[in-house]
Amino acid sequence: MAKNTIGGTKTSIKKIATYVGLSIVFLIYMFPFIFTIINSFKEKKEIIKTPLKLFSEKGLNLDNFVKAYEKMDFLKAFTNSMIVTVSATAIVIILAAMTAYYFVRINNKISKIFFALMVASMIIPFQAIMIPLVSIYGAKLNLLNSRATLIFMHVGFAISMSVFIFHGFIKSSIPIALEEAAFLEGCSRTRTFFQVILPLLKPTTATLVILNVLAFWNDFLLPSLVLTKDKLLTLPLSTYKFYGTYSADLGTIMAALVLTVAPILVLYIFLQKYIISGVVSGAVKS
Amino acid sequence: MGIKSRKESLKVFGIFALPGLFAFVAVVIIPFLYGLYLTFTSWDGISSETNIIGFANYVNVFKDTEFWKSLLLTLKYVVCSVVLVNVVAFFLGYVLTSKIKGVGFFRTGFFTPNLIGGVVLGFIWQFIFSRVLVSIGTTTGIDFLSSSFLADPTKAFWAMVIVTVWQTSGYMMLIYIAGFTGISADVMEAASIDGATGFQKLKSVTIPLMMPSFVICIFLTLSRCFMVYDLNLSLTGGEPYGTTIMSAMHVYNKAFTSRQYGVGQAEALILFLMVALISGVQIYLGKRKEVEA
Repeated sequence: MAKNTIGGTKTSIKKIATYVGLSIVFLIYMFPFIFTIINSFKEKKEIIKTPLKLFSEKGLNLDNFVKAYEKMDFLKAFTNSMIVTVSATAIVIILAAMTAYYFVRINNKISKIFFALMVASMIIPFQAIMIPLVSIYGAKLNLLNSRATLIFMHVGFAISMSVFIFHGFIKSSIPIALEEAAFLEGCSRTRTFFQVILPLLKPTTATLVILNVLAFWNDFLLPSLVLTKDKLLTLPLSTYKFYGTYSADLGTIMAALVLTVAPILVLYIFLQKYIISGVVSGAVKS
Repeated sequence: MGIKSRKESLKVFGIFALPGLFAFVAVVIIPFLYGLYLTFTSWDGISSETNIIGFANYVNVFKDTEFWKSLLLTLKYVVCSVVLVNVVAFFLGYVLTSKIKGVGFFRTGFFTPNLIGGVVLGFIWQFIFSRVLVSIGTTTGIDFLSSSFLADPTKAFWAMVIVTVWQTSGYMMLIYIAGFTGISADVMEAASIDGATGFQKLKSVTIPLMMPSFVICIFLTLSRCFMVYDLNLSLTGGEPYGTTIMSAMHVYNKAFTSRQYGVGQAEALILFLMVALISGVQIYLGKRKEVEA
């Protein structure tokens, strides 16, 4: 009996120590966000003098946010990011699912060669392609400064990984008997794909939507090479530009950073379970 | 399979595979091949004619001391980041899979930095390093913190590493958690019955069984860190005095600022080959060490 109690205290002390340690590490991880938010309510003078003070002298002063929202044209940048992210994600998912389905079911030479090419291309970093990309689409074809070009490029770069993950899922989990039944009933291949196969791909689709949305929404280098016109800038681009122009105006900068981060954090609060499991299955599969 | 004629099979190819393959070939394959060609030309980014100049660009790469300096710095950064990211992530994953409550909350929090792009994170940390930490340093009298990290070459380098560890460890932690959860309780129990202590279990049972997770995590951190650009641009911008310019930034400047597209592309290719080689060796060595439970 006595021995049990001692063992019990020992584990509970260990548990408390674990919690204390974890909480400290957690605070360190949250530290940059906390101080950015705190200071977004302060005036420049106050930030420079006392960046550590938890509450602003003026309380919840939203002036910085109003100014940042207007000056960085937040709504336009947000809309641009939405248009690019949503269309690129939708297109890449549909095209990747169809291509992967083709690769699995029509096992000819073309399928084998292109599947191998796609898998191999996944290790090519974007920087190894960006210079010729700009020279082809800029100097030769003059297609830069257009949302459609950016969306097309996002699709081209993201499709390999999406095809790879769909390929694995279709091959292992979609029984061919289902399609054969649909064919026997006179369904065309296209209709069979959209009405029978695509709905079955839902779990993989969810994973890929999450991975692609995060990648497109946050991408900086590719959009910065494609888009230069102010009215087309996505959120990361307009934040970068804003920072360069207003870097002396600390309060507004802090508010702009909070505004930029806010949409994705709000989404994360509601979808954290899906986002985390999506990221894990994406990483483990590829 | 429902495909009878040649016409029919072409139609299926056209509907299903062609659109996706077109985007892939137009954006990845053609630029990649064209990039190889560019390295043999003296294109400046504007003129319509491109002169073939043989291997002159590659000779220039070897003479470009700034490139080799940036490469050395990148290697140093990659080694420090890969080690620290994985140690921190492994440790977090280990603690978060020991039976405690609130795991979901901590996991969600540690992963948060991964949701945000490198540029914005760099700006946030720039503020932390140049204002918040300095203020902590001056109020507490800790000399080490009282001047900005970003004003000193060595400290600015470590600032890059710190932000990378902070950002990437939460992601790798998720993969390690998946690995830890995959180890069967039976194996651990068997080890306990055989009298293994906590540390022995970790060293002789857990770590060997976690090899696949290590291989994935090291591969992901390696390839991410080698190509770091966004964070480099917004956190240090290569400053102070151009001492923190990593390879990716050097390549970008070479092509788009100095307008030496051929040399820039040759450097980008060398960088790519190095990453491919190093991650290939890493995966090969890691796979050899994998064991079955």
